[in-house]
Amino acid sequence: MQTVDLANTTIRALNQRLHDLPKDTNERSWHIVNPMGAHAVAVGLMVPVEIRINGHVGYYCAGMNKEATVIVDGHCGWGIGENIMSGLVRVTGNASQAAGASGHGGMVVIEGDAGARCGIAMKGVDIVVGGSVGHLSAFMAQAGNLVVCGDAGEALGDSLYEARIFVRGSVKSLGADCIEKAMTPEHVKALDALLKKAGIKADAKTFRRYGSARKLYNFHIDHADSY
Amino acid sequence: MCGIVGLFLKNPALRPELGHHVAIMLTGMTDRGPDSAGIAVYHRPVAAGSSKLTLFHDDPTYHWRGMAGQLADALDVETDVTVKAAHAVLTAQSEEKPVRAWITENCKDVRIMGYGQLMEVYKEKGRPADVLARYGIAEMDGTHAIGHTRMATESIVTTEHSHPFTAAPDMCLVHNGSLSNHNRLREWLRRRGMTFETDNDSEVAARYFAFRMSEGATLQEAMEAGLRDLDGFYTFTMGTRDGFAVLRDSIACKPAVLAETDDWVAMASEYRSLAHLPGVDKASIWEPKPAVVYTWSLQ
Repeated sequence: MQTVDLANTTIRALNQRLHDLPKDTNERSWHIVNPMGAHAVAVGLMVPVEIRINGHVGYYCAGMNKEATVIVDGHCGWGIGENIMSGLVRVTGNASQAAGASGHGGMVVIEGDAGARCGIAMKGVDIVVGGSVGHLSAFMAQAGNLVVCGDAGEALGDSLYEARIFVRGSVKSLGADCIEKAMTPEHVKALDALLKKAGIKADAKTFRRYGSARKLYNFHIDHADSY
Repeated sequence: MCGIVGLFLKNPALRPELGHHVAIMLTGMTDRGPDSAGIAVYHRPVAAGSSKLTLFHDDPTYHWRGMAGQLADALDVETDVTVKAAHAVLTAQSEEKPVRAWITENCKDVRIMGYGQLMEVYKEKGRPADVLARYGIAEMDGTHAIGHTRMATESIVTTEHSHPFTAAPDMCLVHNGSLSNHNRLREWLRRRGMTFETDNDSEVAARYFAFRMSEGATLQEAMEAGLRDLDGFYTFTMGTRDGFAVLRDSIACKPAVLAETDDWVAMASEYRSLAHLPGVDKASIWEPKPAVVYTWSLQ
């Protein structure tokens, strides 16, 4: 176990150490203490290590993550797991805005609530939120799954391309071209697998599914107000 | 981009440490606003019927005592003045209105940064740590304080354009964001008798809220009206005689974090500025919701 104390190490030095790890490193378990809300903690990881951060972090923690597991024992600021490619990012507290933004793959788990624009422009990542999400979540989402165990704010899935959205609680409003879709046994099964993988206890059968009506893909004069 | 902080002490035992904590908070927002900094400290009230004004002059050798003497003679009241770098804290045994009127009329180069009975406002160009040190903020006691670090977008970098902006006794506003309808709103307020000292958009917001409250609105009502009338991006923190308020616009593009313990309530643009507060590990921490007014009061 490697322990890094951010009270006496710069973010740049920490991230450089993590970037320098070879793929077959034996230093697979890292513990980061005293993050004190710092930005860009453990970004750009490329190897399958496990990083546990003890405390609250600032913006873009675990951004561009590939293969690594990053666990934040606390809350996080904007853009947690932004552009994640693979691996797992978990936050035990709440996340601010744009959690998992533009993520291509892997999984982001927020055990508490996530703020506005959760999963904005997601491109294949699976995002599981134990609590609620704020307005404009899954805005322009292209692929992947957004699972919300609580409620969703205004304009959920606005201008959605694809991606599946599952919400257990209420949805304040749906965004342009986002509609409710049937929850088939196949979807229940897929959602159940996502919840299990995320370690979040919830009955997949109690969720509703939302997705793209696919009416904004090409310009149509009847939809001019929605563009 | 700008950084804002606010600290409101619920536990009177912490009041001697107000400046110490808020100085650390404001320094933490240096990356968000390195060009100027300002702070309003709700410090020590003057006696009933007296007033306290924080004044600024470009010339560091300005003869504040002479000015206070002339004011005393003109209004036939006792005055006292404490000079702190380019600022001076003037107290007068008089309501603040005639004092402000006399200064505006007779001392054209003196800027009134803040007025009321307990608030003191210090703001200047420069890095936050330097501004804080110049005015000895870390040594100040008080009940609450609101601070701002500025990275200018809407108007030039001067002391006058720095935040906080004062528009009523013991009231101040700091703003992270930009307003798009401030020119029209400034004219609207001018027609209703408000006067302006700068072309800054945040000053318009400060005077807008002051105008609403002068019309009888509560702090809560004034800020709710702002949701309708102010167009643009904002996280506001407003200080009043006995409390403070936080409001984000409905799109919520500008950040804010709130934290509360039994001893204090704190607001900052980023958690970094809350991370050093005593007992923060036990605090409840949350992101204020868009278009929701949060207020705290000593009452």
